Amino acid sequence: MSRYITRLRMRRAYKWNGRPVSKDRKLKRQYYESMSISVEGKTEDVTVSLGQYILIEGDDDDNPFVAQLLKLYTDDSGKKKTAVVQWFVRTCEVPQNKRKLLGRHPHPQEIFFYQDCSCDNEVDGETILGAVQIEYVPVEDPFPKGKSKGILFVKLLWDTKSFRALDPELMQPPQSSKSPPPSSRGPQTRALPTPDLSVMKRAMSGILTRGSMSTGKMSSSEAESLHSASKLSAAKALSAKRRSRAVSGPHVRKKLDLCSPSKNMTRDDVLGEILDEHTEKTLTSKLNTSPTGRISISIRLTRLNLNEEECVSPLSSHSPDKPRMTAYDKDESTRARTPSRRKDALREPALAALAEEEHEDSPVQTAATPRSKRKSAQLVSSRIRKQLNLLGNTVDLQSDGVDGDDDDCFVPAKIDLQSSSDEEEEAKIDSEDELIVKKRRGSGTSRSTEKTRVSARTPRKTPSKKTAPATPHTPRHATPSIPSRSAPARKPGNVLEEARDIYNFVESKVIDGTGGCMYISGVPGTGKTATVHEVIRSLQQSAEQDEIPHLRFIEINGMKMTDPHQAYVQILQKLTDQKATPDHAAALLEKRFSAPAPKKETTVLLVDEVRHLLLVTLISIGYFLFIILFDWPTRRNARLVVLTIANTMDLPERIMINRVASRLGLTRMSFQPYTFKQLQQIITSRLNRVKAFEEDALQLVSRKVAALSGDARRCLDICRRATEICEHSGSQKNSSGLVGMSHVMEALDEMFSSSYIAAIRCASVQEQLFLRAVIAEFRRLGLEEATFQQVFVQHQALCRVEGLQPVNVSEGLTVCQRLGSCRLILLEGSRLDLFLRIRLNVSQDDVLYALKAD
Amino acid sequence: MQFKNSQNICIDPKTASESTKRKKTFTNETLLSAQKLLRERLCHQKLPDQPVGLDSQYKHLLELLRRTAVHGESNSVLIVGPRGSGKTMLLGCVLRELMSLREVQKNVLLVELNGLLQTDDKIALKEITRQLHLENVVGDKVFGSFAENLAFLLEALKKGDKSSSRPVLFVLDEFDLFAHHKNQTLLYNLLDVSQSAQTPVAVVGLTCRLDVLELLEKRVKSRFSHRQIHLFSSLSFGQYVDVVRAQLSLPPDFPDPKFSDEWNHSKLCEDKTVEEILRRNFNGSKDFRSLHSLLFLAVSRVSVSHSTLREADLIEACRLISADSKANVLHGLSILELCLIIAMKHLNDTYDGEPFNFQMVHNEFKKFIQRKSHSIHKFEKPVVMKAFEHLLQLELVRPVDSGVCKVQREYQLMRLMLEHGQVMEALQKYPQCPTDVKQWALSAFG
Repeated sequence: MSRYITRLRMRRAYKWNGRPVSKDRKLKRQYYESMSISVEGKTEDVTVSLGQYILIEGDDDDNPFVAQLLKLYTDDSGKKKTAVVQWFVRTCEVPQNKRKLLGRHPHPQEIFFYQDCSCDNEVDGETILGAVQIEYVPVEDPFPKGKSKGILFVKLLWDTKSFRALDPELMQPPQSSKSPPPSSRGPQTRALPTPDLSVMKRAMSGILTRGSMSTGKMSSSEAESLHSASKLSAAKALSAKRRSRAVSGPHVRKKLDLCSPSKNMTRDDVLGEILDEHTEKTLTSKLNTSPTGRISISIRLTRLNLNEEECVSPLSSHSPDKPRMTAYDKDESTRARTPSRRKDALREPALAALAEEEHEDSPVQTAATPRSKRKSAQLVSSRIRKQLNLLGNTVDLQSDGVDGDDDDCFVPAKIDLQSSSDEEEEAKIDSEDELIVKKRRGSGTSRSTEKTRVSARTPRKTPSKKTAPATPHTPRHATPSIPSRSAPARKPGNVLEEARDIYNFVESKVIDGTGGCMYISGVPGTGKTATVHEVIRSLQQSAEQDEIPHLRFIEINGMKMTDPHQAYVQILQKLTDQKATPDHAAALLEKRFSAPAPKKETTVLLVDEVRHLLLVTLISIGYFLFIILFDWPTRRNARLVVLTIANTMDLPERIMINRVASRLGLTRMSFQPYTFKQLQQIITSRLNRVKAFEEDALQLVSRKVAALSGDARRCLDICRRATEICEHSGSQKNSSGLVGMSHVMEALDEMFSSSYIAAIRCASVQEQLFLRAVIAEFRRLGLEEATFQQVFVQHQALCRVEGLQPVNVSEGLTVCQRLGSCRLILLEGSRLDLFLRIRLNVSQDDVLYALKAD
Repeated sequence: MQFKNSQNICIDPKTASESTKRKKTFTNETLLSAQKLLRERLCHQKLPDQPVGLDSQYKHLLELLRRTAVHGESNSVLIVGPRGSGKTMLLGCVLRELMSLREVQKNVLLVELNGLLQTDDKIALKEITRQLHLENVVGDKVFGSFAENLAFLLEALKKGDKSSSRPVLFVLDEFDLFAHHKNQTLLYNLLDVSQSAQTPVAVVGLTCRLDVLELLEKRVKSRFSHRQIHLFSSLSFGQYVDVVRAQLSLPPDFPDPKFSDEWNHSKLCEDKTVEEILRRNFNGSKDFRSLHSLLFLAVSRVSVSHSTLREADLIEACRLISADSKANVLHGLSILELCLIIAMKHLNDTYDGEPFNFQMVHNEFKKFIQRKSHSIHKFEKPVVMKAFEHLLQLELVRPVDSGVCKVQREYQLMRLMLEHGQVMEALQKYPQCPTDVKQWALSAFG
C-alpha cells in the first residue's frame, strides 16, 4: 500500500552526477552537486541535488523521514556517501503530548521545519529514497486545496518545545550563499577547525619541543630564574599544577560536565563538544607519529585554543589584548613556552567560559569567525610593534640586565606595559580584567575560576612590578595562592550521590544523542534498581517539560526470564510489540540498532541481574547478547544507553575477553551498602512523618542492619516486624504506643538469632545424647568426621551412663537421620549404613553450650 | 518374627475369653467406629482442633496470613521445624481458620506446591497456572514454552495491585528443594512480587532444614522477609502423657456413651510399664508422628474380645516398632552362616575393623571346626562359599568399594555391616543355638 518504495523491496543503486564541485583536503572529502538513484526495474533515474527535498528511509515504511538536502560528499575512499540534511518532521513524529501545542488539527500533509541541534544531521547517502515536493505556506494562509497527495506543506517550525512561525528565508535553497542558520552546524564543524589547525600545529610543536626538553621542566626552571625568591615557590606550584593538569586534564573536564546542571547544557555546549570531538579526530590522525602519551595533552590544548577565542573575544572587544595575541608570532624559543603557559592560563577561563557561554551575547558568532579576529589582532599588534621600535631605547633601559636573552619570552608582557607606557592604561586593562572577574563571580561560577585567572596572570604581572612597584595592585594579585580545584571535592555520604551520577550519565547521553554503557554493581538491597527507576522517572519528567530530548525506557531482568535467549525476545517485544523467536528477534534487533537511518529518540535499556544473562551466553551463543549490552551502545547510530545491574563489582573483568574489554568505555558505579544514617533516613522517609518509632529504636535498627549488611530491605522488614510485635503487646501493656527498644530487640532476635541452639535445646534426649556422642568421638579421633558405627558405640556408652535403656542400631540411625534432616549434622552417603560419615554443622562449642544450659 | 507372633496368639485367647465373659455388651460396630475415629486421628487424616503447644506460632502465622488475605499486604515466611513437628498441621489449622472468615473465603487463592513433586521451575509454573485457573485465560492456545509461561505469570501478577486483586497464598512444601532449582528463578520471582507493590502474595515455605537461608542466593535472600517460625517442641514428659491421653480419648459425642465412658476411664497411662514405654518413646523423639505410629499399632490390636486398650497392646506395639531390622534377618540364618558371621566378628576384633576377604573368614572358620569338630559338620569350601554369598545377598556383608579391577571372589575385600551388639543379641535369641558356637562367639579371640 505504501507510496514509497522501500529498500526492502527494491534494490537501489546510487551514483554521483558529474565531478566533485569542491574538495576538502584536510577532511579528505569531495563534495558533489547531485546524486542519481536508479531503482531496479525502473527505467528513469531519480536525481537529487542540493537544496532539494528528499525522503530518507526510516523505521516507518509508510512515513519516511523528510529532509532538505544541504550537502553531499564522499570520503577519501569514495565508498561512503554522506549527506548533510535539514530535517523536517511529520506530525506523527512529534511526541504525542506535544501535538496539542499546535492548537489546531494538523493538515494530513503538513510537516514542520525541525530545529533541534541534538539530532544528527548527517545521514548515509544510501538511505535516500528519492525526492519529494515541499511547499512553503505562510502562517496566515490556509493550506492550498486540490493539490496532489505527494506534496507536503510546511508552515511552522518545531524546535522540540514549541511550534513557531517559520521564516521563509529558511526555506531558500542553500546555494544562495547564506546557509540556513539552524542547519549550519554541519558546515560549521568543518569550517571552524581550519583556522585552528595552524594554531594547534604550532601549539603541538611547542608541546613536542617541550616534551623533548625533559618534560617541561626546563621551561619552568627558566621561568623560575627570572623571578625573585618569593616568586619561586609560586612558580613551582604553578608548574606542578600544570603538570598534574596535563595528566588529569580529561578527568577534570568530565567532572565538570557532571557537575553542570542540565539546564546549562545549551546548544553552544553541545557545539563545543562536537567541536572538541571533531578536532580531536583530525588531530589524532595527524599525530599518529607522536607518542601516545602526548595525544591526550594535545587534545586538551586544542580544546582550550578553541575556547580561547571565545573567552578572549569579549576582552578584545573592550580593549584588544594585543600583546597576548602577538605571542603567537614570537620566535621558536618563546613559542616553546608560550603555549604551555597559555595552556595553563587559559584552561580555567576556558572551562569557565564553557559553563558561562549563555551569559555571553554571541559566542557562536565569535567562534564562527575566529580567523578574522585573529588576523585583525595580528594587524593591530604589528602596528604596535612598529610603534614600539620608536620607544625601543626606553625599553632597554628599563629592562633588567640580569634577564638577558631569556627575557625574550617576556617581551610581549613588557611591550604591553611599555606600549601603553603609562600606568593608566595598564590599570585600565586591569580594571577591565577585574570587571570580568566580577562578572564571572556574579554569574555564579566557582571561586576557583577567579583564583586561577589571577594566578595565571601573575607571570605577566611580574615585569610590571619590577618597573612600577607602586602600581595600585592589591596583594591578591601579587601573591598567588594555590589554586583551588576546579570541581569541589566529592562529599561522601550523600544519599543521592549515585542517583546524581546515573542521572548525569543518562542525561548527557540523551542530550548528545550518543550511546553508552554503565555498569552498576552493589550488594542486594542497596537500592540499585530503585535508584535507576527514580532517575528514569525524573528524566522522563524533564523530557515532558521539554528540557531534554525524549527517551524510551525498556527494562529487562535476567532473573525474570528462563534463559538468556529470551532477552532478545523481551527487548524486541518491549520495543516494537513484536513477537519472535529468540534468533529472529536477535536478527531484528541487530538490524534496528545498526541501521544507518537516524533515530530521533534515545533508548535506555536497563538490564537487571545481568550476570544471569552473561554467564551462559558466552558459551552458548557466542557473545552476541554481550554485544547488545556492551557494543551497541558505542555504535554511532544506535543511540542506545545501557544500564546494567549486577551484584559483583568485577563482573566485567571476570567475564570479558580482553578484546571485548578493550573496546568498551565502561562507566562504572558501585553502590555501597547503606550507612546507618542513610538507613535511618530511609525509614523516616517511609514513615512519612508519622511518629511511630522511638528515636532510639530507629537508631538501633539502622545501626544493626548497617553493621550486618546495609540492606535496606532487611531494615524495613525488621521495622515492619517490630510494629507487629508492638501492636500485639500494645493491647496488653498500652505503654506509649510507640515502637520501642524492646520490640525492636525482639524483632532483631527473631530475625538474626541462630536457630541451631534453640533446636538443640528442644531436641529429644536421645538426639542430645547422640550429639554428645559425636563430639566425644571427634575428641577421641582428633578428627572432625566419624562413621556412624564409631559414634554409635559412644552413644550406647552414654546411654548407660545416663541410666537409659541403650538404643539399638535402627533407633540410633533414626535419631541420626533426624538430626541430619535438620542439618544439625551433615551426613554423607546414607546408603553406607553403619559406615555413614558424620560431621557437625554447628560448632562444637555451640553444641556444648546448648547442652550445658539445661 | 513369625515365631514371636505365634507366641502372642497363644496368649491372646486366654485374655480374650476372660473379657468375653465380663462384657459382651459392646457390639462389633461400636468398636469399629471407635477404631475408625482413632485411626483417622492417628493417621493425620483429620486435623486436630487445636495445635498442641504451638499457640504463639499459630497466632503469628494466622495474623500474618490474615494481613495478606484481608489487607492485601504481601509477605513471606518460613516455617522451620524438624520432621514430624507439625508444620503442615499448623499451616492446615491456620488455613482452616482463615478460610472460615467470610471475607477471606471467596477472596484468597491458594497455590500449594511441593518440592518433591515440582522438581523444577517449569513444572512448578505449570502447576501454579493450573491452580490459579489461568489456563483458560490463555485460551485455546496450547500452553506455550517455559519462557512464555513465566512471562505470562509474572505479567498476571504484575497487573494486580494491593486493593483490587485477590491475594494469592503460595505454600511451598519442602521449601529447601525449591532452592535447588536452577538460578532459583521461581523463588526470586515469587519473593520479588512479595517485596513489590504488585498482586498481594504470601509465600509460606515449609522446611525442616535449619540452614535453609544459606541455600538462598543473596539476591533471593535479600528479597525474603526473614520471618521464620520455628517449631521446636518444648514439651515436658507430663504434657506428652497428657497428649497421649487426649489422643486416645473418645469424643463426648460418640454414639455409644457407655463404651466411650469405659474407654475414656481406663487407667492406662498411670500404668508403670506403659509410662516406661512412653518415656522411652519420648526420649527417642518428641514428635507426635512416632507416637502416633506406636498408638496406631496398639489401637489396631483392640478387638471385640478385649474392647479396651491394655498395657499388653502397647508393649507389643513398642516391641514391633523398636525392633532392630537386622536382628530379625539374623534369626533366619543357618548355623553355618551364623558361624561365618561370628568368624567375621572375630576378624573385626582382631584387625580393628579392617576389611577382610572370604579366605580369611574361611580360615577362621576352619580353626574353629578343628577345635570343636564334634558339634558341627565339616563343610566343603564351596558350601561355605555359597553361604558367604548368601550373606552378601542379604547385605549383611558388603564389598569395599566394588573393586577397580576384578579380583577373584575369595579375595575380594568385605566389610561386616553388623554391630558387635547386634551379633550377640541375635545369638542370644537364636533358637537352639549350639553352645559351642555361643562360647566361640563370647571368647575374646577365635
